[in-house]
Amino acid sequence: MRKLLTFAACGAFALGVAACGDDDGNGGGGGDISGTIRIDGSSTVGPFAQAAAEEFQARNPGVKVTVGTSGTGGGFEKFCAGETDISDASRPIDEEEEVPLCEKSNVTYREVQVANDGISITTNKNLEVDCLTTEQLTELWQQGSKVKRLSQIGPKLPDTELTLFGPGTDSGTFEFFTEEINGEEGNSRKDYQPSEDDNVLVQGIEGTEGGLGYFGFSYYEQNKDNLNLVGVDAGSGCVRPSFETIASGNYKPLSRPLYMYPSEKALRKPAVKAFMDYVVQNYDSIAEASQIVPMSQQQAQKATSALGAS
Amino acid sequence: MSAHGEAVRAGGKAIARPTTSRRAKDLAFRMAMLVFLGLAILMLAVLLWDVASDGVDRLNLDFVTSFASIDADRAGIQAALTGTLWLMAVCAAFIIPVGVATAIYLEEYADNTKWYNRLIEVNIQNLAAVPSIVYGILGLAFLVRGPLSLGPVILAGGLTLGLLVLPVVIIAGREAIRAVPSSIREGSMALGATQWQTIWRQVLPAAIPGIATGVILALSRAIGETAPLIVVGAATFVAFNPQGLDSNFTAMPIQIFDWISRPSNELNNYLPLAAAGILLLMIVLLCMNGIAIWLRNRYEQKW
Repeated sequence: MRKLLTFAACGAFALGVAACGDDDGNGGGGGDISGTIRIDGSSTVGPFAQAAAEEFQARNPGVKVTVGTSGTGGGFEKFCAGETDISDASRPIDEEEEVPLCEKSNVTYREVQVANDGISITTNKNLEVDCLTTEQLTELWQQGSKVKRLSQIGPKLPDTELTLFGPGTDSGTFEFFTEEINGEEGNSRKDYQPSEDDNVLVQGIEGTEGGLGYFGFSYYEQNKDNLNLVGVDAGSGCVRPSFETIASGNYKPLSRPLYMYPSEKALRKPAVKAFMDYVVQNYDSIAEASQIVPMSQQQAQKATSALGAS
Repeated sequence: MSAHGEAVRAGGKAIARPTTSRRAKDLAFRMAMLVFLGLAILMLAVLLWDVASDGVDRLNLDFVTSFASIDADRAGIQAALTGTLWLMAVCAAFIIPVGVATAIYLEEYADNTKWYNRLIEVNIQNLAAVPSIVYGILGLAFLVRGPLSLGPVILAGGLTLGLLVLPVVIIAGREAIRAVPSSIREGSMALGATQWQTIWRQVLPAAIPGIATGVILALSRAIGETAPLIVVGAATFVAFNPQGLDSNFTAMPIQIFDWISRPSNELNNYLPLAAAGILLLMIVLLCMNGIAIWLRNRYEQKW
């Protein structure tokens, strides 16, 4: 038995060592709120929520925030079961499937926009494409598309053979892109290289002559020197995604609002209320820290009033 | 065969002397084995070297004592490390008594001719091959929600991992118990000991090295699991240590995965963090395997 005790002691020691430095990171700030906040949902909103949680906890050491990233759909499922306080979402709550779920368990909530997101279309540095119209994008990406070279959809476009990259079918980016470009969620050609990891898409496009693909704007921002950005023309001239054009909604149709859904019940907890107030007041600095497109001032005002009335 | 036939025809020589071609084949086969072995080790070495060269700079005390952060320069793995250690503690507390008791029952008491005992046995062997995500769904349905409704907490995560590796412990435990010679049991019984006394005082002490090895290998498998924990509801971002069994948590593989999937550039690079996390996970894993080897060598008995 002695050896088992030794083993147990080793384990206890390891726990003890790791537990040292508990007080790190609780610098300054005299918030006397305490409690726990459970956040789950979209992985696109994830970095924003993490940055918000980090800043908020630094000011309010008594509050414990956890952020999960099970996806918008997975997040709402937990949210409507009453398991989380706040649900992150990269689209509004689904009227047909998710709203009844919440109603069934008496979960009421508010919709608060917190940031913006855009989908960027990029190509390999050697594949110089300035702009594509939404019609051309539909022709290229729709189900059963046989387009192998961009010259097939536009006479002035390069004649290089394409290698396509895009997110996998589980991703919110995929849902949004197919809905906006091909008119129906899930309508997409299948002969492209899919990955759930945007970094893989970036590397693929970067390293393949004729590489073309789409993914979240923040991944373009991180790799802008190595990729060629394609503008989108939705009928009113060519617009490239940037912090400004996405926030203003001019980058159509591939920009979208990002939301947090706090439940009414959770908002009655001081910690959750203080957190949401903090997010809406400091949306700019949180967005900057997490490299996400911030709200416009107009959107921020709307978010404040959505939270304000209790 | 033909060489043997020739030898017989040649005049009754019992063993043919190896011909040059047979020797060459022998040598070629041995070389092929060595090449494959080398290939396997080389791949592992390249992988390790790649991870180590990325992560070794970040693997320091600050990394272990800081919490997750959006700022890659300040981020650390403390919450995930303590989360993982808590999970392992819960998992061990669950699998050791349950696994050993099951192994003892199946080896010492169960009547193998009864259909229900055979059913249990077949099931345990099959359970060892069930994909881990299935255990995650089981944990979600029965521990996090449903009958127990524990919520996404340490206890639920640890028990889910425990269920996942329980078959490994039972199988290892049974083999260890089976390896104890029956003469020991018979001797003990002959001196008037009951079956329980025989098991507790003779069989179990002799089987401990094997059982402990099984337990530690099981924990080594559990420590790297990500999928079941994600299903059970472990968070991605946690900036506090677990306070108890009912605390929310994250674990090292989840933290590493989160770092890898973030957008990285030169200014805010999460990849060295991920590599350092992998190294730390491997160090913990090697320590556990080291303990297993030490236990086996130290307490192994030759009969």
